[in-house]
Amino acid sequence: MTTPIAAPITLRRAKAAEEPVADRRSLEDPRAELLELERQGELIVQKIDREAVTVSTKFGREKRIQKAHLWHHKSCGQCGHIPGYSTSIFWVMRKLGYDYHDPHDQTSCTAWNYYASATSNSAAQAAVAVRNFAAAYESGYFPLIHCGTSYGHYKEVREELIRHPELRAQVRGIMAKLGKPLVLPEEIVHYSEWFHALRDEIAAKQVRDVSKIIVTVHPACHYYKIVSGDAIYDPDIYGGQRTAVVTGLAEALGAEVRNYSTWFDCCGFGFRHILVQRDFTRSFATLRKIEVMKEEANPDVVLTHDTGCVTTLDKSQFAARAHGRNVGLAVLSEAQFAALAMGAHPFRVCQLHWHSADYRPLLEKMGIDWEQAWAEFQGDLRRLESGEKRYLDWDDADGTHDEGAPRVSPAGHEHEN
Amino acid sequence: MTLTAGREAETDAHYKAPDVAGYADVSYEVKLRLFDQVKGDMRFGDYLYGCYECGICVAACPSAKFYDFSPRRIAQAAAREDVDLFYQQMQEDIWECSQCFSCLRCPRGNNPGGIITIMREVAVRNGLASAKQALVGYSRIIYKIMSTGTQVSPDMLRPDAFPDWGPETGDVADNLDLWRRALPPETMHTTSSGWSVADRTLVELYVIWLETGALDMIAEVDRGLHSILRELMEERLEEEGIEL
Repeated sequence: MTTPIAAPITLRRAKAAEEPVADRRSLEDPRAELLELERQGELIVQKIDREAVTVSTKFGREKRIQKAHLWHHKSCGQCGHIPGYSTSIFWVMRKLGYDYHDPHDQTSCTAWNYYASATSNSAAQAAVAVRNFAAAYESGYFPLIHCGTSYGHYKEVREELIRHPELRAQVRGIMAKLGKPLVLPEEIVHYSEWFHALRDEIAAKQVRDVSKIIVTVHPACHYYKIVSGDAIYDPDIYGGQRTAVVTGLAEALGAEVRNYSTWFDCCGFGFRHILVQRDFTRSFATLRKIEVMKEEANPDVVLTHDTGCVTTLDKSQFAARAHGRNVGLAVLSEAQFAALAMGAHPFRVCQLHWHSADYRPLLEKMGIDWEQAWAEFQGDLRRLESGEKRYLDWDDADGTHDEGAPRVSPAGHEHEN
Repeated sequence: MTLTAGREAETDAHYKAPDVAGYADVSYEVKLRLFDQVKGDMRFGDYLYGCYECGICVAACPSAKFYDFSPRRIAQAAAREDVDLFYQQMQEDIWECSQCFSCLRCPRGNNPGGIITIMREVAVRNGLASAKQALVGYSRIIYKIMSTGTQVSPDMLRPDAFPDWGPETGDVADNLDLWRRALPPETMHTTSSGWSVADRTLVELYVIWLETGALDMIAEVDRGLHSILRELMEERLEEEGIEL
């Protein structure tokens, strides 16, 4: 399979001598590049304008995570197929008392489709990203990205916009037709970074003991492999050799995080494969991830922080179980796990009935009576069926009318109390 | 062994003849034109620097573990500008990639996954057989993302579409409307899209698809879908009084 050549392969047509050939996988300081372009009048940078937590990224650059007044860039796969992922993010933010905006003028980043089918191009992808960022900018709320692929792809788009003036010009022209500016945020922030930055505040609101819960962590590829310089690392977590998000939160909550050898492997999602070629996805997810975790760490739950990873690792176990494989492991986002630790209802908030792998043993170990919780949720559904209510709301989710929680207006705007 | 001989040996060992693999062989000039389209992409220079032949990308690659696929071969063919091999890869290899970007571990700074993204784009734009074959069964997803602005929707969760996801998929399908109405965020009560996207926002998205040529890329792989989407988008833009 190897190509029989002794010397390293150089580009056949050598780059011009003056052309930079340094590793350009990620800019050293994209924030500084953006601010310079803003100074030149090329674009607008949406600034962090509220209290923020400073964290360290892979190569030491400091990154600030705004705590409140956030524009939630939702995820297609989370909202569509595992909605308890999204509701848990919102719920935790509400419980911590931070206001946010859940917009209607947001589209998907469309990157799942792009990585699956390539039926798009750089200009379209950049325009979609900038249109969403412009909507956040116009609202005055700072964007928080729920999906790991959106986060990774938007970082790619940011790099392309910084490096290629012709792309900026094209996107600026399209935005002008939409009546919107070419705007990018000062930092591109993934929700798991918010959870990591606020993990001590989350732990301070913890009401359920998870110290007996054994966790394995699947770090999401598009979070830390694409434009890796933005991902959060911490020398106290894995010695700074893996991203700190998810693990840092699980440890702050007191769970036992165990290692396993295939942590770097992807989940098997594959973008196209999960939809139309799932034999690969199922095989990879079970043989390279779930079974390895079971054999080497025997966890109660695998925590991860991206749409595709939760979907793949959760849904792929059913067919493998039919073949008698060593599977059967609850799969949650760390947002759902944190919400449960903070007392969230497993069905009203975390929506675990949308999951496939058995989560009930985990709930029992966390001291949650899932049968009672399910009966409560069934009672909620009867209220909807009877016409007593058309929709459940956040007060219903808590089974109480919490006067301290931010309110949601019909337009989806949140207001500080 | 010469470089050429080695390459041919690898080709013989790992690639099918075009007629066996289900695609037409084409002239060198056509292959060169396709290669030049990939190389002409503004990202190409950021994605390829050469190759140390260390194999780290292959070791990290999930697709290499389950398919006859190698991100290293992709990078090497691109670096050597081996347009024959490059064409074969566009027809036989590129759709196996998982697009996880584990190959970004490359110590040389290459991005084989990114090169593949560009190769796929060129394959779609030129209506290559591999693109048509890879996207069989995928049309409804393209329709969903381009028309609704969200990639997947709750009503896709049907037992006939996902029989391998277990009986819970049937539970979701059976209770879909009710379970969606039980979600606390009011943006998420939808069943045919991931969340409620404003009409004006959809129009803006359609402008992007039309202005950037992204919609027209589909014409080469699925003319019927392209016609449906174009009609839908142009009708909405006309209603809004938008002329492009």
